[in-house]
Amino acid sequence: MTTATPVPAAGRGAVLRALARAVPMPAGAGMARMLVERNARVYRRGWLLLVSGFVEPVFYLFSLGVGLGALVGDVDAGGGVLVPYAVFVAPAMLASSAMNGAVFDSTFNVFFKLKYARLYDSVLATPLGPRDVAVGEIAWAQLRGGMYAVMFMLVMAASGLLRSWWALLALPAATLVGLAFAAVGMAATTWMRSWQDFDLLNLVVLPMFLFSATFFPLSTYPEGLQPVVRALPLYHAVELVRGLCLGLPDVSMLGHVAYLLVLGAGGVVVAARRLDRLLLS
Amino acid sequence: MTTTGTAGIAGTTGTTAHAVRAGGTVPGRAAGTGRALEFWARTYRRTWRGSVVSGVLSPLLYLGSLGFGLGTLVDDGASGGVGVPYVLFVAPGVLAANAMQAGVGEATWPVMGAIKWQRQYHAMLATPLAVVDVLLGHLAFIVLRLLAVSVVFGVVGALLGAFTSWWTAGAVLVATLCGAAYAAPVMAFAAAQENDQGFAYLFRFVLVPTFLFAGTFYPVDQLPAAIRPVAWVTPLWHATQACRDLALGSPDLAAVGAHCAYLALWVAVGVAAARVVYRRRLVR
Amino acid sequence: MDADDPEVLISARGLTKRFDDFTAVDGIDVDVRRGEAFGFLGPNGAGKSSTMRMVGCVSPPSGGELRILGLDPRTDGPRIRARLGVVPQRDTLDEELTVAENLVVYARYFGISRKAAHAKAAELLEFAQLAERAGSRVEPLSGGMKRRLTIARSLVNDPEILLLDEPTTGLDPQARHVLWDRLFRLKRQGVTLVLTTHYMDEAEQLCDRLVVMDAGRIVAEGSPRSLIEEHSSREVLELRFPDDDNAPWAGPVTTGAGVLAERVEVLPDRLLVYTPDGDAAVQAVHAAGLRPSSVLVRRSTLEDVFLHLTGRLLVD
Repeated sequence: MTTATPVPAAGRGAVLRALARAVPMPAGAGMARMLVERNARVYRRGWLLLVSGFVEPVFYLFSLGVGLGALVGDVDAGGGVLVPYAVFVAPAMLASSAMNGAVFDSTFNVFFKLKYARLYDSVLATPLGPRDVAVGEIAWAQLRGGMYAVMFMLVMAASGLLRSWWALLALPAATLVGLAFAAVGMAATTWMRSWQDFDLLNLVVLPMFLFSATFFPLSTYPEGLQPVVRALPLYHAVELVRGLCLGLPDVSMLGHVAYLLVLGAGGVVVAARRLDRLLLS
Repeated sequence: MTTTGTAGIAGTTGTTAHAVRAGGTVPGRAAGTGRALEFWARTYRRTWRGSVVSGVLSPLLYLGSLGFGLGTLVDDGASGGVGVPYVLFVAPGVLAANAMQAGVGEATWPVMGAIKWQRQYHAMLATPLAVVDVLLGHLAFIVLRLLAVSVVFGVVGALLGAFTSWWTAGAVLVATLCGAAYAAPVMAFAAAQENDQGFAYLFRFVLVPTFLFAGTFYPVDQLPAAIRPVAWVTPLWHATQACRDLALGSPDLAAVGAHCAYLALWVAVGVAAARVVYRRRLVR
Repeated sequence: MDADDPEVLISARGLTKRFDDFTAVDGIDVDVRRGEAFGFLGPNGAGKSSTMRMVGCVSPPSGGELRILGLDPRTDGPRIRARLGVVPQRDTLDEELTVAENLVVYARYFGISRKAAHAKAAELLEFAQLAERAGSRVEPLSGGMKRRLTIARSLVNDPEILLLDEPTTGLDPQARHVLWDRLFRLKRQGVTLVLTTHYMDEAEQLCDRLVVMDAGRIVAEGSPRSLIEEHSSREVLELRFPDDDNAPWAGPVTTGAGVLAERVEVLPDRLLVYTPDGDAAVQAVHAAGLRPSSVLVRRSTLEDVFLHLTGRLLVD
């Protein structure tokens, strides 16, 4: 795997090329991979920071799973299946870290490059266009998120928290989660005027993190709140990933996938259009 | 003949710029700190919204999710809970942890900004203020904000039934001290950084693990024995113990005092370190 | 002046740029030919940068015709940009990369192979006199170094046209001269230079031909020499009088200098007497009994042209 791990100098080019080829790009956005390459190059020096991005969900997993798990005992993971708390909460950490990583990359990082570093101003003086910028940044966020997901799942597997071979599908599911949130995050960023506006973003992301059946099952919520929880995108992400990790596949998962696909596609369209207006004035 | 007049160099002909001649005075330490504090308080008017979100809403969301939501599972759990309703147990922990987060948040990017980006420190040092005034003024401002968010959290938490004793007022003060115990050394750390990459490490490897493992959400006894001493060293663990003891209504004041002394030690060491670093960074 | 002439690289007819109800560029006609150094001279807000952004294909024109390298920027933006070099007004260097990486990564944006990009970067580092700083971060570089790096970066694709927006604004005199020297070399190599400036000396030094812009319009066009001959006198006499207010002296000076004064301009700090013979004008002023506190005779510059055409100074 992946992006900016310290490969020997001779191998770097090959890795970057292979990586650039592996990224799927829509027609007409042929140069987006150059931006992915640029981001990978930046993180050569900060690879420790890049790689360490997966530790936060691991900390949450062990703090809540081990420390709190002993107090909570077994939890109903849906359909009356009782599982230890760590088994319940680990997939939620996988899904929500996919969201957090994607949102961070596509909002803070993109805003900084847009407004402060003025990176895209220089990029647009080359043959690259706004669509390349949008696709390149979202693809980069995907690569990074995918790497974290793999590492986190290895930790889960080593801790005995994966219950089924269905769990292998949790990896593409986490990638889909990342795509959906990266696209929406990037679209949202195009409306941000200053750092203060990011407080509003936190106001959306944090409640979602805490109230999407992440830490306790939907049945624990008051009846009246349950429809609200069901409407949240992270709820669908968590349910999808949890079902796969626990080996409880279900037709409703197609609904979760569809929800996330629509969200992601809408985000990409809006982001590319808005970037056009912002950058080509 | 063309008469061009003053167009193009407007405003240079009049000479009333010095009509108000206000001399500067050299302040004593308290007055100097006060002047620097006033500066921060004024600029804060434009950015208060962010601290309401991060300082007040986020701990309430944690309290709602973990205290009230997860709490029902803990109270009905296999091990019979934590002796008191879980929400009463976790609320003082969140109070202290939130002060820590706010303290670190205020001591990282704003400090770097005041040195590198908006350069407010340099503006202050161009006046009769000394480096120590600049440092203490900023720290005083941070402490005021910590107090504000802690008071609000305490009041709202009490209205929600998560705090039940008047001793909670003491817990609010301990939490503020806890925030300062983090803010002061982090100011020293921030002032020594050339760019903000170090903050990412600080948050990822210090703040998040402290938040999760220093007794906020469950007694440290739940952790493997080898990890417990690490938790005991953190100011947050001491603050959480003291806050919980106070908020639950029958505090052991000697123990609370000892915890507070430990927190004060961190403030003192932090200020001393920050003073050295600030001087090295700002006066050269 | 034919848009289909392959030697005309940039051709604008009635080119207009409007932002809401503000018109930044108000119907200008421009032709830039291969190999020439062409300048847009004007004060801040004259519409120079808006014009440059339209030529750089990052700002769609609101009206008029614009052809660059025979292509339409509205539909062929990427193809045109592939053959342009752009030096923006503010450096947009990538501060997360090193000096050399800035060049390599930028070359990759043009689809240049990795190997060629490295070779080009090494060559351009020499050109920009930055070879020793290749591995350094961008942030600690001086303003002049950053500017040279920006120019080097704009050359990675061997552009046919180099667009320079205020290339030396904010640099100290020495750094400006180093930069001008680099631009002269490029000109000798046959690169077409298009630059904006509000420095008349820069325009005189670098430009074969220029247009003077004011409030979105072109007010004059020609070589620096011909513009001065056409719109100003041969010499200028600058007079300062003891008290701050020079305006009351304009009448007596005009009368005193007589036929030697083609025109007199009043600036807040001095009077300018436009004259074919500066020394003779000084004598005439003294003979009229006037005692200015300082006297300076100099040649006319583009600054005087601009002042005459617009009634305002370039740099304020």
